Amino acid sequence: MAATTARQRVGWGTANTFAVLLALIPVLWIVSLSFKTPTAITDPSFLPSQWTTSNYSGILKSSEFIRPLINSIGIGVIATFIAVVLASMAAYAVARLRFPGKSVLIGVSLLIAMFPAIALATPLFNIERILGLFDTWPGLIIPYVATGLPLGIYTLSAFFREIPWELEKAAKVDGATPFQAFVRVIAPLAAPGMVTTAILVFLFCWNEFLLAITLTSTLRARTAPAAMAFFTGNSAFAVPTGTITAAAVVITIPIIIFVLFFQRRIVAGLTSGAVKG
Amino acid sequence: MTTTTPPVTAQEPVAAGRRRKPPLSEGARAERRLGWLLCAPAVIVMVAVTAYPIGYAIYLSFQRYILSAPQLNKFVGFGNYSAVLSSPFWWHALIVTIVITVVSVAVELVLGMLLALLMYRTIFGRGTVRTTMLIPYGIVTIVAAFGWQYAWTPSTGYLSALFHNSAPLTNTNEAIAIIISAEIWKTTPFMALLLMAGLSLVPEDLLKAAKVDGASAWQRFWRIMVPLMKPAILVALLFRTLDAFRIFDNIFILTNGANNTSSVSMLNYDNLFTGFNFGIGSAMSILILICVAIIATIFIRGFGTAAPGSSLQQ
Repeated sequence: MAATTARQRVGWGTANTFAVLLALIPVLWIVSLSFKTPTAITDPSFLPSQWTTSNYSGILKSSEFIRPLINSIGIGVIATFIAVVLASMAAYAVARLRFPGKSVLIGVSLLIAMFPAIALATPLFNIERILGLFDTWPGLIIPYVATGLPLGIYTLSAFFREIPWELEKAAKVDGATPFQAFVRVIAPLAAPGMVTTAILVFLFCWNEFLLAITLTSTLRARTAPAAMAFFTGNSAFAVPTGTITAAAVVITIPIIIFVLFFQRRIVAGLTSGAVKG
Repeated sequence: MTTTTPPVTAQEPVAAGRRRKPPLSEGARAERRLGWLLCAPAVIVMVAVTAYPIGYAIYLSFQRYILSAPQLNKFVGFGNYSAVLSSPFWWHALIVTIVITVVSVAVELVLGMLLALLMYRTIFGRGTVRTTMLIPYGIVTIVAAFGWQYAWTPSTGYLSALFHNSAPLTNTNEAIAIIISAEIWKTTPFMALLLMAGLSLVPEDLLKAAKVDGASAWQRFWRIMVPLMKPAILVALLFRTLDAFRIFDNIFILTNGANNTSSVSMLNYDNLFTGFNFGIGSAMSILILICVAIIATIFIRGFGTAAPGSSLQQ
């Protein structure tokens, strides 16, 4: 690479700064709001004139927030686990085995990936009420698994095709059944892909909003984003800006740390299906 | 079973025309059984949560079915559909949805391409830029939406203060513009990541050769990069178009559909939870599904977008 001129450095530097600022300012704004006192909320300056942590102590003591947070984590973890296990099995079959119906499987998951959630919300609301699943953890876990599966099957089959499959043959020659070859040899090699898929599915569950507000009605199963949207102030006129933004920061910070920590995997996972597809 | 159809199970209908003539060896049969066995749980869950409810929604869409008045339930044929299709609310919501989809996807494509080039080519700080771009992607949509809402609320928001304490969220067109900008902020990084993956497919030598031959940066972009990236671009567009069409979260927080800013998903949700009219709601759901199917068909047939994952079939 030839030496870069000062002009080039300034040009790229400006572009970099601009992009980073555009990405960060809206986030910093939410953080800033969460530290504002109730009176300072009506002061439109970007930074708080007086800092307070009372918004945080408020929500962290309130079951209206803690309970949905637990729901979010529990539902997200369980749905992710089930989706990754089921998707790994299917993706292995798609990547490795010859069987009729493979294109149907891919077609079906493609359809589901494109599905508007609202089209499911109406019938699922009614079905879950009848089955007693409405406003329960399984009532959200099951649809999340189903919507996470197509994503999982794509990402994992892209990963699985990269695995050195000679090892599997070797295991078979040594007398392993196809099932043993899967569990003992391939699954450990496939672990990185599975971690990536788990991250993407978990992010989806954490972010999901439409089904979360449709299929729940109380703190029993309502997830954090859904609960936040229905926070009310002390009176009908007080918009709970501080409370909402503090809750927003609490549910955002862990996910940002998580995303930054696993950034390579996320980028690999998001792009694996797109380029090869 | 020499030339007969392979056994068809409920979950695994066999694709027509892919019958194998010679009798299967023991190994091939075991492989086939294992294939079905491994796919069955995933298929069962997906079918239970989507195909069955959709079937149920189709059934409901032909019924008068109001939760609060069960004694009135009866078959009404296409009554619900004609009610929806003759409603100005539906058409307005459809237009709003199409405007949001077209504008946000078009802007995202341009910005996403610029961002992808920046992330791919910038000569320093590449890691920082790539890392920062994951923040809008990772943030929960409604959290970001709250941020935008407060930013544009008079006497609370810095953006509103910047524009003389205006209240743009109470005006239809301005509110839609804000909804679109919230959508763009959140998803441009995703678009950029997909496009960056496409950029990595463009051979560096080819660009250098073109440069030596005197092609300008503009020519190299349009004549070399874009054609080579076409599959990645189309897949990114397909994903984002379908995703933008089902926009809900941003609208729910930013305006809650006030001042004629409802999208079709928002309208459908309101219909479900204010009227509890499942017949009308289901008809609307089916119409939204049909729209999505039309968009997907246009992309796959019209532009020759490879359906994501289609290469897995071989």
